[in-house]
Amino acid sequence: MNIEPLLRMQNIRKVFSGVVALDDVDFTLERGEVHSLVGENGAGKSTLIKVMTGAYNRDGGEMFYEGKAVNFRTPEEAQNAGVVAVYQEVNLLMFRSVAENMFLGREPRRFGLIDWARMYREAGEVLRNLGLQIDPKAILGSLNIASRQMIAIARGVSLGAKILVLDEPTSSLTEREVSLLYDVIRRLKEQGTGIVYISHRFDELYAVCDKVTILRDGKFIATRPLAGLERIDLVCLMLGKQREDLEKKGATAFGEHHEAQISETLLETENLTRGRRLRNVSLRAGRGEILGMAGLLGSGRTEVARAVFGADAVDKGKVSLEGKQLKLNSPNDAIKAGIAFLSEDRKAEGIVPEWSVRENMTLAALPALTSLGVVSRAKQTEIVEKFMRRLGIKASSGEQKIRELSGGNQQKVLLARWLCKNPKFLILDEPTRGIDIGAKGEIQGLINELADEGLGVLMISSELEELVEGSDRVVVMRDGECAAELRGKDISQDSIIKAMATE
Amino acid sequence: MAEAMKQPAAKRSASSFADYAPTYGAAAALLLLVLANVLLTPNFADVDNFRNILVQVTPTMLVAIGMTFVIATGGIDLSVGSLMAIASAVAAISLDYGAYPAILAALLVVTLIGAFSGWLISAFKIQPIIVTLALLIAGRGIAQVISNGGQLIPFSNPSFEFWGKDSLFGILPVPILVMALIIGLAIFILRATIFGRHVIAVGGNENAARLSGISVNRTKIMVYALSGLLAGIAGLIYTARLGASDASQVGQTIELDAIAATVVGGTALTGGRATVIGTVIGALIMQIITTSFNMNGIKFSYALVIKAAIILFVVYLQRPKSH
Repeated sequence: MNIEPLLRMQNIRKVFSGVVALDDVDFTLERGEVHSLVGENGAGKSTLIKVMTGAYNRDGGEMFYEGKAVNFRTPEEAQNAGVVAVYQEVNLLMFRSVAENMFLGREPRRFGLIDWARMYREAGEVLRNLGLQIDPKAILGSLNIASRQMIAIARGVSLGAKILVLDEPTSSLTEREVSLLYDVIRRLKEQGTGIVYISHRFDELYAVCDKVTILRDGKFIATRPLAGLERIDLVCLMLGKQREDLEKKGATAFGEHHEAQISETLLETENLTRGRRLRNVSLRAGRGEILGMAGLLGSGRTEVARAVFGADAVDKGKVSLEGKQLKLNSPNDAIKAGIAFLSEDRKAEGIVPEWSVRENMTLAALPALTSLGVVSRAKQTEIVEKFMRRLGIKASSGEQKIRELSGGNQQKVLLARWLCKNPKFLILDEPTRGIDIGAKGEIQGLINELADEGLGVLMISSELEELVEGSDRVVVMRDGECAAELRGKDISQDSIIKAMATE
Repeated sequence: MAEAMKQPAAKRSASSFADYAPTYGAAAALLLLVLANVLLTPNFADVDNFRNILVQVTPTMLVAIGMTFVIATGGIDLSVGSLMAIASAVAAISLDYGAYPAILAALLVVTLIGAFSGWLISAFKIQPIIVTLALLIAGRGIAQVISNGGQLIPFSNPSFEFWGKDSLFGILPVPILVMALIIGLAIFILRATIFGRHVIAVGGNENAARLSGISVNRTKIMVYALSGLLAGIAGLIYTARLGASDASQVGQTIELDAIAATVVGGTALTGGRATVIGTVIGALIMQIITTSFNMNGIKFSYALVIKAAIILFVVYLQRPKSH
């Protein structure tokens, strides 16, 4: 009899050039267990997975696999031992057959040649065992996305995996396809395979997982059985809130509750729908109003912003500003109409790192600063001086490179990129994430001022204090839908968390 | 989590040096190369010789300037040599209608072909190296079809040949004049116009550019069209100088020299950082190596190897020091 768990990770530590990504994290996986890892951005989920599967080498802690101390130095080593990460189907070869994909790099051979008959036979067996009716000779690219996803899993199984790591396995599946995945997972469970399951969707966790381990800011928070764990408690653990703390006030520069008299509708969306990510989202935002938007990672909040801004094509739905319906073909249409969008990902979607503060700040305003194709340096400098003063941007001059500035100052430059265009409606996705406290307060104060001047603001945030104290109204997103709309006295951390968590 | 403010003053002077360091490296290499040749190569330090070098470098220079714009967006254009051939062939067969209609027709055709590759690259998200490689292959074929199977087409048309053979005031060859004009324009366009800024923004952070309302697709189409236009001008000057159109030979492997010149000059292959002056220096380095080897009677095959070594060395000097 085996009393040791399948996998035990203890006091795992991982540091990236001085930044602690994982600090003293424990994780235990039993045979036949489906164990979920949850946490918000930067919690350390993917780092833990990568340590587990040999993609990263840990800087501290111990790992026992079937009772024996192990140290996987490469993904290959982990794979040979039976610990396999199944990434999204993009890692497969579209133009090769199902069987070839499953046996890639370890094709059965005879006399130095590939033994095709055996490869198809064995692939067929693995597929049948998983209850999948897929022809091993089919070309992968001819299958739908769900089948490809199953092939990725089947590949792991055929590798002899005892532990399978599924990272967001449902992100590109439809609801019917998800149930197919559940069937496969149940069969694997019966065969004693341990499964690590990462997903943002609570419904899935409760449908398929036995236990959940919560990480936050690289730290281990708790491991709990899902049965009997209330959703609201799970969200509290993820966000690091005590249920009794939820009434605390005055943590932001918004001060006490922001209360505006809204008379006029500025922006309206109608049934915005995009696959499973957005489902019939209808919103209304008033002039001078700060509309807060809450939601866990993957709830669809950023997708709403991108849809309104024309950055992602929607399947259906309408957006209108001041009663006029907007084209949603490109950000340019939205910008011309007077909408501005501050992305949550400063580095990937915001700054042009090699450029100066001046060029970054005026990037979106260039057409207005140009005559006969030539950009007016004088007009650029005028804007830069004005907004460096107004927002208190700390840089040696407008010519300093933006990548040399602190996160808070970079964020202010990006805000100025939009403010200098005098927008009517401002979408802020995590406006204060990852910036120092001083800059945070300044930005919050600025948002307040802008709303008082009559701008409409949609403020997406993971910081509940910010939403509670800054918003006139709060919309809570869950699974791509508006789960709740809170206003006035109903806005509290408690009510937001409840709406995030429950049906 | 207070973020330490970095010291702006000290940081700034360091960074602005780092900005130009690649170009400084190339400039130093060029200076060294000229000095060495002045000392070692007989007749190198001669006005005629310098004039000759500048005339010879013109096609590569023009193509490399177009390449600089393309690479600035993070792309690459392998089709330039074939576009030179197409321009050459189109002009040669339409010279009967007059020199200027022929020039116009040739430039129009290659500009449109360039725009077409830009469209394939941006609208269908096909990799630039694939699209322009396809065009490198097909374009040469097209040029040969136009020129009746790739035959040499000689012509006698003084107002066309003016652009390759004549000199202004008897001392300033026309190609050098055209080249100087285009260099000046390119520096201005990249630095001061909205198009130039959009080009760099697209290469520096495509997502940020799109979210700032820049039409990324249109910018890319224009960049490849510009590269096609410049390749066309290069092809016409070369053809005018030769006095005949040689569709199977004109522009062969020029894309490699152009890419090398651009990279040696300090333009980043990843996009987002580009310098026309650097490219000018890079193209001169390439040409002087070739010329000086010729003058010293060293075989062309050795010149190729040494050229490659110099490219690797200069690019090694420019490798990013941090991050």
